[in-house]
Amino acid sequence: MTSVTNAPVPARVVLSQADIDRALTRIAHEILEANKGSRDLVLLGIPRRGYPLAVRLAEKIAAADTTVDAAAIVGQLDVTMFRDDLSHQGTRPPYPTRLPRTGIDNKVVVLIDDVLYSGRTIRAALDALVDLGRPRIVRLAVLIDRGHRELPIRADHVGKNLPTSSAEKVRVRLAETDTSDAGAPVNEVVIEGGA
Amino acid sequence: MKHLLSTGDLSLSNAIRILDTAEEMSAVGEREVKKLPALRGRTVVNLFFEDSTRTRISFEAAAKRLSADVINFAAKGSSVSKGESLKDTAQTLSAMGADAVVIRHWASGAPHRLAATDWIDAAIINAGDGTHEHPTQALLDAFTMRRHWARLAGTDSQGTDLKGMRVAIAGDVLHSRVARSNVWLLRTLGAEVTLVAPPTLLPVGVDKWPCSVSYDLDQTLANGVDSVMMLRVQGERMNASFFPSTREYSRRWGFDNNRLRALDDLGMTDTIIMHPGPMNRGLEISAAAADSPRSTVLAQVRNGVSVRMAALYLLLSGDTREPAATRAPANAAAPSTKESN
Repeated sequence: MTSVTNAPVPARVVLSQADIDRALTRIAHEILEANKGSRDLVLLGIPRRGYPLAVRLAEKIAAADTTVDAAAIVGQLDVTMFRDDLSHQGTRPPYPTRLPRTGIDNKVVVLIDDVLYSGRTIRAALDALVDLGRPRIVRLAVLIDRGHRELPIRADHVGKNLPTSSAEKVRVRLAETDTSDAGAPVNEVVIEGGA
Repeated sequence: MKHLLSTGDLSLSNAIRILDTAEEMSAVGEREVKKLPALRGRTVVNLFFEDSTRTRISFEAAAKRLSADVINFAAKGSSVSKGESLKDTAQTLSAMGADAVVIRHWASGAPHRLAATDWIDAAIINAGDGTHEHPTQALLDAFTMRRHWARLAGTDSQGTDLKGMRVAIAGDVLHSRVARSNVWLLRTLGAEVTLVAPPTLLPVGVDKWPCSVSYDLDQTLANGVDSVMMLRVQGERMNASFFPSTREYSRRWGFDNNRLRALDDLGMTDTIIMHPGPMNRGLEISAAAADSPRSTVLAQVRNGVSVRMAALYLLLSGDTREPAATRAPANAAAPSTKESN
């Protein structure tokens, strides 16, 4: 690891609200294109910030394809209990898992997360999916791919590829889950720390 | 949290965390695959020095749903009947690598003893010790009440407490660890608890508990109540006559058909009837009350598995290598002062 400077490195905004919105619009169309339409589509967001992204994507898909009911295709998939680092990290309480009423059997499930890093969250998500049903296809969409994979996992749809050092922290802040220091809603992706 | 020994030292935030986690666990019971891999490779020992069906089976089901290995130990038929001490039994289990010990013991304080000594380095869960505490029962009762309370309020039960709920706990308070655990926990969660019992079945010093005491069940019902918890008359612990006859007990302190009708007459349509089981039908609760739509007896059993899954998960999933010094910031919300309401 490289030496860390003593002076705090200011957080650098890499994606603004408009950038996030454009990236999500593109991903929404990519999902429709890869699926050749909206048939059997289910979007599952991984808590915490994957879920609001999934809701936004579902709305964009519904805007592009009027036959789609955004609320009916989106769900939340908690992977806490399936993580491989449960016995090494502090205890984390699980989030709810909510599936669309149609279930996931024989569906095209798109997993959605904010940042793809080691790939271990996605491995846990794949395990969690097996216990819930048998999708026909599982795809992965992420807002940020920052590299440093530890498992043979890749994303099908990426908002932005972001080369990072592992000393840096990538933070996604969304209006649904975060507020700025002043308490105002924020929508941005920032890089903190590192050299 | 390292151990779950008592509800008295459970803070409000920890109590709500357990109940919220239990809420997620209950969703697992409705799935096709009723299993989570969270505690794979962990060993849970059910150490039961006293008879039990639902608590032991409930803990076993909870541990198995979390993929833990379960070893059942009943004092009957073990070396305990040859005179082995609690210490030797604990050290044997420790040598076998138990990660959690669920202990029920006839002696009050036995779980605390295991937790306080270095006999065994495992998470200790109190599953009932003598006439002292039974924290997971209180948690599952609170979980059942919280769902009911949230449904009445029309909200999601996640993160809520029991503020303003009026709970009557009636029956054999003297011998009841369920009552003790419930009084502390319900108080922490903001409910108003009234104990109803014949004076002979109230423990010495009950006036210092954070609850009010009544000798008259009808009066308590008439004052308005949102949940009535009937306690079992513990014949096996009674070595003296605490009441003249079972008929008199049943007429004055049992939840009989007349009192069931009285709830309707008083217009309390949303009052639930709880019982920790096993029930003495016809003594502290009539069959009609136990089987009425108000009764939550079976819901309590069902919720017991979820709550115990939550307790096992929160105690066992954390960092196994952390030093034992990190005890939960308890005692903060522990009710120690007397409050008369």
